Amino acid sequence: MEMNEKAILQFVDIDISFRTNAGVVHAIRGVNLDLQKGETVAIVGESGSGKSVTVKAAVGLLDGNATVNRGQILYRFKNNDGTEKVVDLLKMSKRELRTTVNGSRIAMVFQDPMTSLDPTMTIGKQIMEGMIIHKRADKAAAYARALELLELVGITDPEKRMKNYPHQLSGGMRQRVVIAIALASDPDILICDEPTTALDVTIQARILELIKDIQARLGLSVIYITHDLGVVAKVADYVNVMYAGKIIEVGNVNEIFYDPKHPYTWGLLAAMPDLETDDDRLASIPGSPPNLLHEPTGDAFAPRNRYALKIDEIADPPMFQVSDTHFAATWLLHPDAPKVEMPAELRERIERSKKEAERYL
Amino acid sequence: MSEPLLKVRDLTQHFKVSRSFTVKAVNGVSFDIYPGETYGLVGESGSGKTTIGRSIIRLYDPTAGSVQFQGKEISGKLDRATESMLRKDMQMIFQDPMSSLNPRKKVGDIIGEGLDIHHRYSNTAERDAAISEMLEKVGLSTAHAERYPHQFSGGQRQRVGIARALVMNPKLIIADECISALDVSIQAQVVNLMKDIQDSTGCAYLFIAHDLSMVKYISDRIGVLHLGYMVETGTTEEIFANPVHPYTKSLLSAVPLPNPEVEKRRHSVAYDRAKEGVDYAAGTIHQLEGTHTVLATDEEFARWTA
Repeated sequence: MEMNEKAILQFVDIDISFRTNAGVVHAIRGVNLDLQKGETVAIVGESGSGKSVTVKAAVGLLDGNATVNRGQILYRFKNNDGTEKVVDLLKMSKRELRTTVNGSRIAMVFQDPMTSLDPTMTIGKQIMEGMIIHKRADKAAAYARALELLELVGITDPEKRMKNYPHQLSGGMRQRVVIAIALASDPDILICDEPTTALDVTIQARILELIKDIQARLGLSVIYITHDLGVVAKVADYVNVMYAGKIIEVGNVNEIFYDPKHPYTWGLLAAMPDLETDDDRLASIPGSPPNLLHEPTGDAFAPRNRYALKIDEIADPPMFQVSDTHFAATWLLHPDAPKVEMPAELRERIERSKKEAERYL
Repeated sequence: MSEPLLKVRDLTQHFKVSRSFTVKAVNGVSFDIYPGETYGLVGESGSGKTTIGRSIIRLYDPTAGSVQFQGKEISGKLDRATESMLRKDMQMIFQDPMSSLNPRKKVGDIIGEGLDIHHRYSNTAERDAAISEMLEKVGLSTAHAERYPHQFSGGQRQRVGIARALVMNPKLIIADECISALDVSIQAQVVNLMKDIQDSTGCAYLFIAHDLSMVKYISDRIGVLHLGYMVETGTTEEIFANPVHPYTKSLLSAVPLPNPEVEKRRHSVAYDRAKEGVDYAAGTIHQLEGTHTVLATDEEFARWTA
């Protein structure tokens, strides 16, 4: 498999299952995803849709009961001598990943800043740790860089903060420290797994703006995992909507928000009230996500889909192309399918958003 | 307007941590809830919104201030009749449906517990009928009464929590972040259910949440809390059309909207109380038009409304 020319990280047909006491859970069922240099890709989906598992496979953080059935995760990077190299991250041993990729080239920010920091170490030590191990930096250089990083993530009085323990900082501050640690060894790719879910909205906004600002300055490529469409709208260039272990719609952020094609994406967008929603009822998706212990036949979303066709129960839809960048896996896009429009409330909402967007242009 | 169902005046809740340190969680908060309306409390974590809910329903003993529910004072010592009225007519739905349901009890018994305690049935058939009616009402089936909480999904568990609150036919339900732990598509289901129930039973909600777009959608009136003070309150339209307090403004500007072209160009407004020199303790309640009030000193009020 040749790697896409412009991509820096490419997931090719990833398929992962977990052995559990209840049986085999087929959590990821053929995921394709491209990340290009300097851009931000968001993966949206409900809990259990497999968004975290997908990226955890790339950094070798899968749980012990996971099996990768097939697929490749291709990663293109510059070797220390400046030559370009493409590797399959799934072929590397945990040890190899630790020494060459994890932390130093692909860094990750987790959801809960309290559990991803060591409570017994000062934050200064935790920021320097990575540099000393990965970059073989001496202590003085690491210290200076740590100060720089704390300033970069917007922490005032960094010298004092270096001596603080995590419990002495607020939630927002802690997440800033985690971001500083992630940036410590100049990664190419930053993976943010629900980075602001545990934080308040005001702090969430500032952290998101901070990541965006740093990304622009350092030319990072970022993968966001989130369930919050508002966050996606704020940060993402490209959006992947995931459902039951599959990507069911992908497109650039405007295509997904202004011209969604998959009924699940319609449901997600309509279920979230914006500040103008005054309908009597929220449009909700009936039922709950499928249990992947039992492999669904046909389209996994069919039982909850009010636009489901007969074929949805028999065959899983392939990706249909809508535009150069926009694809959706729904039989509704098949040329022979009946013409189905998105729900009227959603259409109205999108019209309203577009009008509002014009005011900013 | 009719008499308020719940009247909260200068509610103060302090927690003594040690001899020298007291957490002042809620400081002099006042608001009213009228029958059949939804009052939304918003604020960041640590602003005291959950504490207010728990003080009102008497999971805590309020330090000072008065809380009147259906005309009865419920902040002090409760006599038997008042306590029984409070426990029947005010109910709570909690944030985490897993930890608020007893894992060793069947769902039917969890829902029926209130009926048992208050002797609200004359025979078991009546009790079972009440339980299955509740289950149907929240979109579960009668057969679910025999199951245990772990056999349900998150959204279903929250429905059980709602059924447990509803079975007593309460006048006021305190919903403490009751949808925060659920997925977006399930959130909408639960919110719709709560609205339907309000339409059919006429109960009032105290809706505590940090998700502003959801609060705006469900609430008739809103109170904005910050650091234990009610900084601004009014009808939903008043607050959203004309936020006066800088904290409210900062909160509104931070809500991420599902509109990429707008969201990419918008920047949140930062608010630093210390930097702006706002002293909540010195502020008094200033009235704007209608029911819209804001906590400010005279000088701040003039500056913010200028």
